[in-house]
Amino acid sequence: MQINDKIVKKIKKDFPIFENNPGLIYLDNAATSQKPLQVIDSITSFYKKENANIHRGFYKLSENATKRYEDSRLIIEKFINAEHGEVIFTKNTTESINLLSYCITPLIKEGRNEILLTEMEHHSNLVPWQEFAKRHNFKIKFIKIKEDFNLDYDDANKEIGEKTALISMVHVSNSLGIVNDVKKLVEIGKRSGAITIVDAAQSVSHMKIDVKEIGCDFLAFSGHKMLAPFGIGVLYGKKELLEKMIPFNFGGDMIKSVSYENATYNDLPMKFEAGTQNIAGVIGLAEAIKYLEYIGMENIKRWEKELLVYSVNKIRNIKGIKLYLSNVDLNSSIFSFNLNNAHPHDVVTLLDEDGIAIRGGHHCCMPLMNKLGISGTCRISFSFYNNFEDIDKLINSLNKINQIFNR
Amino acid sequence: MEEKVDFNLNETAKDMYKEYILELYRNPNNFGKLKKPTFEHKEYNPLCGDEIEISILIENECVKDINFRGKGCVLSIAAASLITDKIKGMNIKDVLILNKDDLLNILQIPITITRLKCILLPLEAIKICLRKNGKSSS
Repeated sequence: MQINDKIVKKIKKDFPIFENNPGLIYLDNAATSQKPLQVIDSITSFYKKENANIHRGFYKLSENATKRYEDSRLIIEKFINAEHGEVIFTKNTTESINLLSYCITPLIKEGRNEILLTEMEHHSNLVPWQEFAKRHNFKIKFIKIKEDFNLDYDDANKEIGEKTALISMVHVSNSLGIVNDVKKLVEIGKRSGAITIVDAAQSVSHMKIDVKEIGCDFLAFSGHKMLAPFGIGVLYGKKELLEKMIPFNFGGDMIKSVSYENATYNDLPMKFEAGTQNIAGVIGLAEAIKYLEYIGMENIKRWEKELLVYSVNKIRNIKGIKLYLSNVDLNSSIFSFNLNNAHPHDVVTLLDEDGIAIRGGHHCCMPLMNKLGISGTCRISFSFYNNFEDIDKLINSLNKINQIFNR
Repeated sequence: MEEKVDFNLNETAKDMYKEYILELYRNPNNFGKLKKPTFEHKEYNPLCGDEIEISILIENECVKDINFRGKGCVLSIAAASLITDKIKGMNIKDVLILNKDDLLNILQIPITITRLKCILLPLEAIKICLRKNGKSSS
């Protein structure tokens, strides 16, 4: 199935948000995606028909819930080409990275005390490491971005060295939509013996992610940006590394045996899943993946690229528009702009009047915005359920808004 | 059971962006910096990354003159224009008790909850400026 305008109209019918909000043009998919009926139904159906807590419930209902939970894990592992036991459930990308920042110390090699990030990190892949650096007296370095907003890979080679304990990088920038060559950065990291972490929050539902192909040690993403419910996220980690790490939370389910004085920890992945988990969330995430695979990741990537190229070509013609685009390629589903004399928050509020939902502001990337000398941008982020008509309406509205600010 | 939400019932944006508000954004009142201010203060809004700089001239415990400058959205610039107009000639003590409702009265537009911070920033900056400097001078 090749996605086209006609097919998008059919796809939109799977997303009840559009039926319940006639005229809604949703272009804030980088903040969160809408949810298809299949995902919503899988969650309500679980609560209506199958609800029970998992593990150690030796009755049918609990055994079924355990099976649903673990079968879902298999689907998610297969989706990113991970081995069994390498997918750990968290709340979201932020929690996955926080988990790492607390549990990673046993993996850090002697004498290494530097963390390498990029200048385009979301606060969620920056602040946890700032805190880590404070706790362990580490130094944070940043791979610079170039004038064309792409990462400076030569600088990455310069900054990395025998002091680098870990390199953590965003795959697709949530603010500018730049697609980083994470495979290359992982290679650079590996060469100097650093631990490699990828923040895949903005890529996992827009392109095929294969953790073996990327070669990273860890990879984090959120369910809610990929059609799944809020409150379920994933941390992928290589088995031998997860085994060496200390647990994040302590309590039920993450133990093998407990005495009054001590406890031994459970095997992977349970070692990192203390307490009752978001079972319906996991089931919803697996259903979301089934939906994404039914549409096809290659298909999604190709269609979103078409949308991006179409909108960039049109938006360029608006007088006084400043686009924050990479010159190299237009491969992502996100782009940012500013309208001359207009604050992003005003643009967002005025677009909302025409039923168009976008995001304006610093996008949790304040250091990057400061570097660019702006307080924020207007950000458009697509999903495969957007079409050319959505973009035409956006351009129309932007032209109207432009008349208010630049006449 | 299910109620349909009519998306086009959104009148707030139209009501917020009245022509006189937009005019205040294009040509703000009291924009700039006083040459010899008694007090100065810069305030930063972490929500939107905007910055406002206040300069105030005080005479006999009253605001003799006030200027502001900085970047901001339509609502924050309009609010800064009108609040600086309002407090000229006011006693410091009276300025310090101005609140959200006073601002909404001056602006005469409905403000959505997410944009409330935008209109509050200028008043907050003025109050912080007066409190901070009031303390250090006493």
